[in-house]
Amino acid sequence: MKVAVVGAGPAGIRAVEVLVAAGLRPVWIDEAAEGGGRIYQRPPAPLKRDAKALYGFEAGRATSLHAAFDALRPQVDWRPETLVWHIRPGAKQLHTQSGPRRDQVEYDAAILCTGAMDRVVPLPGWTLPGVTTLGGAQIALKAQGCGIGRRVVFAGTGPLLWLVAYQYAKAGAEVAAVLDTTPFATKLAASPGMLRDAATFAKGIYYIGWLRAHGVRIAEGVTPIGIEGEAGVSGIAWRDPGGREQRVDCDAVGMGWGLKPEAQLADLAGIPFRHDPLQWNWVPERDVAGRTAIAGHYLAGDGAGIGGAAVAELAGARAALAVLEDAGRMVDAAQLSRLDAALARQQGFRAALDRAFPFPRALAAGVADETILCRCEGLRAGELRAALAADHAPGPASELNRAKAFSRAGMGRCQGRVCGTAAAEIMAAALGSTPEAIGRLRGQPPVKPIPLVAEPVA
Amino acid sequence: MRLVRLRDAGRPRIAVTLDGAALEAQEGDTLLTALLAGGAGHLRMSEFGDGPRAGFCLMGACQDCWVAVEGMGRVRACTTLAQDGMAVRRG
Repeated sequence: MKVAVVGAGPAGIRAVEVLVAAGLRPVWIDEAAEGGGRIYQRPPAPLKRDAKALYGFEAGRATSLHAAFDALRPQVDWRPETLVWHIRPGAKQLHTQSGPRRDQVEYDAAILCTGAMDRVVPLPGWTLPGVTTLGGAQIALKAQGCGIGRRVVFAGTGPLLWLVAYQYAKAGAEVAAVLDTTPFATKLAASPGMLRDAATFAKGIYYIGWLRAHGVRIAEGVTPIGIEGEAGVSGIAWRDPGGREQRVDCDAVGMGWGLKPEAQLADLAGIPFRHDPLQWNWVPERDVAGRTAIAGHYLAGDGAGIGGAAVAELAGARAALAVLEDAGRMVDAAQLSRLDAALARQQGFRAALDRAFPFPRALAAGVADETILCRCEGLRAGELRAALAADHAPGPASELNRAKAFSRAGMGRCQGRVCGTAAAEIMAAALGSTPEAIGRLRGQPPVKPIPLVAEPVA
Repeated sequence: MRLVRLRDAGRPRIAVTLDGAALEAQEGDTLLTALLAGGAGHLRMSEFGDGPRAGFCLMGACQDCWVAVEGMGRVRACTTLAQDGMAVRRG
């Protein structure tokens, strides 16, 4: 049986581990040079790889995954630095690109572990050099030993906001402020649910406490006003819960409001999506084992709905077992029930976490007309609103892909990964609709830009 | 934008050029790190006139850090390792 696994993060590593243990030799593909995923991304070899310094409390988990990856690599058809830019579910074929080389991979079963990226809200000034996602700020530090600036503000909401701020402060960067759009009371109300994973909850509390104890300026329940600067960042302004305007000087801003699945391949595979009311994301539909409506196609990890790295490990192993089960192979029933029970336990914690750090819908819906919405196309929020109001044949856009055609929002090189969430909120507010009714931007091959090379006629 | 080297800043030096000007970088740098820690300030100008850009997601998703490398064509600076002698043009 030919199995392809896309992604070598926590989900992909544990999936391949199960497949190899069953005597299979899967094709394993990742855009990165090595396994670990974005969360446990290893620095290039010339940098030191001190796990404790790089991953903190997660060092044990990271080291275990890296060790598993290193052991598995010689036992599989490992294809690093390779992009899967298209999937054809009927032909069961992946189309890949690695440097100048293009290839196709045939499979009987594919497990897609494609991960996530930051979910962002456009702010005035967010295209300035010096503004990155929270995940980007973390990668700069973990994988390159660099801070995104000398005096950094972190803005947004979610566990990553506090983690990255803590990591920067520990590494010697000056954290000028942490600005959380979620009020303290919202987090407090969700804390009983978060006790379902007391260890993870305790880490979060530790980061916040550490930052407070070290005198880092913290503001909760804020409304960002904008990032200031000309050629780079010079400051950020916000409104506090009392409505007073505040600002602080800084030379960089990391921003993000939770994560969203990188689910373009699931989309191209024809897997149905649903709008998850708690995560406030579009997620590809799957069962607890990662099976989807498209036979032979399985999903695991954050690409199948945000669950975090610990859930991804469990889900990766579970999806690989589903592949084996569906192929009529014997699987360890005890292992199955262990994984299912662990996954069920995590669900309650995750739900509480989503309640603790809700997506700021009003902030996204209210992006000012003159603020750039779509970075790729340099398109302002007002231009999307104008396109919605315009009378196009056979009628105004009521759905996101139609609005994309009229406005170009989401038509750029990132395919709406960055602006899609906010664009849907802006549309929903303008039309008195909901993001669920507005829909999501369809994936298109190639899922990322690839070089177009034409060979001369011989 | 100036990336600040906080850790592991004593690696062997490599040299790249940006629009013909020499920049000092270190082995293991991505092109984005090499350029933005080396003082480039930005990586490209938005083709729609709204100013300079220097990447955003740093994980290969947003496509905002494109630069051109001699012999390689257009690449994402955040996912391309810097090599000694690379000649880079702003994207």
